[in-house]
Amino acid sequence: MLYREAGDYKTSYVADSQTFPIKFDRYGYYVLLGFAFLVMPLIINDYWANSIVVPFLIYAIAALGLNILIGYCGQLSLGTGGFMAVGAYASYKLMTAFPDLNIIFVIIIAGVVTAAVGVLFGLPSLRIKGFYLAVATLAAQFFLIWLFTRTAWFYNYSPTGMISAPTREIFGVPVTGPRASAVSMYMICLCFLVASAWLARNLTRGSIGRKWMAIRDMDIAAEIIGVNPLIAKLTAFAVSSFLVGISGALLFAVYLGAAEAGEAFGIDKSFLVLFMVIIGGLGSIFGAFAGAAFLIVGPVLLKLLLVNTLGWPTDLAAHLEIMIVGALILTFLIVEPHGIAALWRTIKEKLRLWPFPY
Amino acid sequence: MPDTLLFALEASLNGLTAGVMYALVALGFVLIFKASGIFNFAQGVMALFAALTLVGFQSGQIPFSHLINAMFGTRLHHFGWNMPTMLAIPATVLVMIALAILVERFILKHLVNQEPIILFMATIGLAYFLEGVGDIMWGAEVKALDVGLPKGMSSAVDEATFNWFGYGFYIDRLEIWAAGIAAVLVAVLTVFSQYTKQGRALRAVADDHQAALSVGISLRFIWVLTWSIAGIVALVAGIMWGSKSGVQFSLSLIALKALPVLILGGFTSIPGAIVGGLIIGVGEKLFDFFMNPIIGGATENWFAYMLALVFLLFRPQGLFGERIIERV
Repeated sequence: MLYREAGDYKTSYVADSQTFPIKFDRYGYYVLLGFAFLVMPLIINDYWANSIVVPFLIYAIAALGLNILIGYCGQLSLGTGGFMAVGAYASYKLMTAFPDLNIIFVIIIAGVVTAAVGVLFGLPSLRIKGFYLAVATLAAQFFLIWLFTRTAWFYNYSPTGMISAPTREIFGVPVTGPRASAVSMYMICLCFLVASAWLARNLTRGSIGRKWMAIRDMDIAAEIIGVNPLIAKLTAFAVSSFLVGISGALLFAVYLGAAEAGEAFGIDKSFLVLFMVIIGGLGSIFGAFAGAAFLIVGPVLLKLLLVNTLGWPTDLAAHLEIMIVGALILTFLIVEPHGIAALWRTIKEKLRLWPFPY
Repeated sequence: MPDTLLFALEASLNGLTAGVMYALVALGFVLIFKASGIFNFAQGVMALFAALTLVGFQSGQIPFSHLINAMFGTRLHHFGWNMPTMLAIPATVLVMIALAILVERFILKHLVNQEPIILFMATIGLAYFLEGVGDIMWGAEVKALDVGLPKGMSSAVDEATFNWFGYGFYIDRLEIWAAGIAAVLVAVLTVFSQYTKQGRALRAVADDHQAALSVGISLRFIWVLTWSIAGIVALVAGIMWGSKSGVQFSLSLIALKALPVLILGGFTSIPGAIVGGLIIGVGEKLFDFFMNPIIGGATENWFAYMLALVFLLFRPQGLFGERIIERV
């Protein structure tokens, strides 16, 4: 009743193969997009932008990237934090070396650099798989962080070892550095997220996405029917690292403003993004958004409840938060191993029949 | 003998002892992987949890005191007595067994027949959960652990090497003890799995779950058993690492150190875990020794992984792992 696909007839191939073939989905998507672009900039304030919205947008890009690698191509990676660091340091070097280069190009080139590094560390995936590959990607994580903290060239020989983003403007509005306003931070992250989601969605339903999924489901069988594992796996690593690199660049340049490799891009970041992908749902674009929202908003709410409402000490609340995140992951895996995306599918199924279920 | 060679020899000896410590953690991984095919990421946190519990028992801390104080406004902290080590260790073993039963009851039972990646994620979730529980139960501050193991420079080694080479090697007595204890542990585990009924059941389950079930072996009991043994191995590792560098959060990160060890040795081989640990230990000390002047220090953060990565390219199943055969 509430969610209907009946009576929605398609008369052309274009209409049939559009991203949201069901009218209800499509209008919902337009409303959401309109809200995000037109209403949110008017109502957003510094607190909302800094604690929830901007980190959500940035991590959603990272989760999209990792979801392509793990959810679509089946290659388990624990090196996300390291690849985010590559994006951040690439954008820093570009910003300081070419001050006139537009920040949008800086971030995109940072993504391309990360894609190249990702392909390099993805090479072992041709030979090893599963947990072995996960451990191999940990090599990327630790090696990259070590490289960025030890090699002074990467942080321009600054005495603290930190990198800090200089102010860059788009149409005269500062989007990075200390003068950036909440609205400009929000808008640039939103634009990149929408572009990333568009890219991810269309890649995954095209031929390359089908190749990834064939590799994920059974790589030997895929090879036999003519999918080239070299190309499929390496493109998955490239696209995934590209998105992760963009999110790392945004995290550093727009959100944090100043960062230190070991602290901002440690192994815990890798796990955080991995949890987003798992909780959201492997192999689902919506899942990446849902997982990011869940793991960004959840801890903030928990902290509000425990520290501000109940008045508990912050360290205790932090420990409880770790514990609850762990418990949530376990609960999700037991109750719904395919994440929030599968939950959403079930809800749609129920809404279709409501109020007259069998 | 030239000095460089002597220093390198000392570094590799230190590497050997450090490798034993890595092998201790890797051992717990192998046990669980063999018996249930689960890659238990929580092994490091289990070591931390065991060590925290041991210290808590020893010093008579009240569990969850911080939480209780925050909820009811009380000021609890200690029972006011100290438990002797000989009593605290069995008590901790009991806690680890209880943990194994809980893990089986609430997690593993529900995840039978799931894909390995889901089980792996579940153990990451378990690692976070246990970390939080450990901190809330016993507090997050760094604690000293003393179970009466000797510490400091071994003067016997120092004197002997001084007489031979004219240069005394520095080797921690604790690490010599750790090597001895690890040897005993491996011997006991081998005897247990070769000569007891439960040990044989364990190997049967490791071989083939369904066949083991069909001859009447209780899978659930075997899982509780392996997780208990892994818990006890974690306790031993926790005692060793805790005595060496204090009980603190970083203890759980040794799990990450054990991963390359596992890859080198193969996930399914107990001797592999030991040999892998030794190779990694010696390798990273020697690499640091020779490369430190050239590319700077702290290479041990990544050297083990790089070694494992290069190694994997040539032998994907590890040194002693079973050959991977794939069918469509």
